Amino acid sequence: MKPAAFDYVRAESVNEVLEGLSKEGGNARVLAGGQSLMAMLNMRLAKPRLLIDIMRLKELNRIEEQAGVVTIGAGVRQAALLAWPELARTLPLLALALPWVGHVQTRSRGTICGSLAHADPSAEMPLALIALGGEVHLRNARRRRRVAASEFFLGMMATARAEDELIEAVSFPSPGGGCAFREVARRHGDFAIVACAAVATPKGVRLAVGGVADVPMARDWPRLDRSALDDALNGFAYELNARDDVHATARYRRDLVRIIGRDLVREVLQ
Amino acid sequence: MTRLSADGRHPVRFKLNGRPVEAEAEPRMLLSDFLRQQIGATGTHVGCEHGVCGACTVIVDGMLTRSCLTLAAQVDGCEIQTVEGLAPSPDRLGILQQAFRRNHALQCGFCTAGILMSLDHYLRRHPAPSEADIRDLLSGHLCRCTGYTPIVKAALEAAAELATTTQEKSDA
Repeated sequence: MKPAAFDYVRAESVNEVLEGLSKEGGNARVLAGGQSLMAMLNMRLAKPRLLIDIMRLKELNRIEEQAGVVTIGAGVRQAALLAWPELARTLPLLALALPWVGHVQTRSRGTICGSLAHADPSAEMPLALIALGGEVHLRNARRRRRVAASEFFLGMMATARAEDELIEAVSFPSPGGGCAFREVARRHGDFAIVACAAVATPKGVRLAVGGVADVPMARDWPRLDRSALDDALNGFAYELNARDDVHATARYRRDLVRIIGRDLVREVLQ
Repeated sequence: MTRLSADGRHPVRFKLNGRPVEAEAEPRMLLSDFLRQQIGATGTHVGCEHGVCGACTVIVDGMLTRSCLTLAAQVDGCEIQTVEGLAPSPDRLGILQQAFRRNHALQCGFCTAGILMSLDHYLRRHPAPSEADIRDLLSGHLCRCTGYTPIVKAALEAAAELATTTQEKSDA
């Protein structure tokens, strides 16, 4: 359980990071809080030739609010966002979901963008990004681009980030209305068996589900009456293609989607 | 840009419990191994080595940190606290440690160093925790001996005692 050998660079500027990524491509990995990547290295699920540590770059350690959008830099740790005084006002969904990300002892180091880069299907931050319809800010040595949440997650631990790109930041739009979050895990802090987030939309509600499909998925619905909502939830639960695994059966996961989904949709539309 | 090459050993310096320390590490060396093997500070224990069990938890620049998910090279220039820094003197236990002893909050002791660091960090910032707060904090640690109940009891007792004691200061 020791990492394979790699070179280590503590970047002193974003350009150094981009240069390293452009030269080494897929052989380089960006190290931020390390709460997923270091475990992958220890288990040798990842064997990069170069690690580029970005955590001493002050320009990446920013939380900015502008015109109803909160932008969170790659260096912002989960604990720092949770402690940000404007969080409950601007991003109440994240205020609800962040305490479910790992434990106190991992949130203190782990970053928001790192969680998105890792793209675990049961992780809370990708789910929140899908629910709120945020954007991931990517940058390589030549250009910057933004990718919508719905196009960012491609599969289990696979994202639209190219090998030479750094996730510079992520932006979340403040929702206009209510939101709700609930998760079921064996113990608090364990990987979610099912996690759901609901957000009020101008026409009705969006329900996002993590922990079931390979990526967090969302559905937008108008205000539905009880039986129409149950039908929609049942359809969604099957469309997620739940699988049996050591943690829970597919049937149990579908049950959770239906039950939690209904509770959250009602809570948000009240 | 300094690139530490994979096959070389590079100096790492930081403050450990207030004292400067220095040794060499390959880039891939984990902080947990560096503390134990290079510095000889074996109070920090190594359990699962993928961030789950919490035995290796230390404090880096005021942040609770899994030392098995941290490279020695990352903490160059940082301030680190480990379980060795908790006792006020070599012949005396701190208030939290005493409460652990009184309540049998450890049996084999493997998880204890990490749990003490989490609780020490937490109680300094949250002097009046509830049982639920303590249990939430402990969810980041695995203990296979105690069933956690004596640990919760020790933590609450220590919190109450710390609240009424003004003299107690850990030398961390």
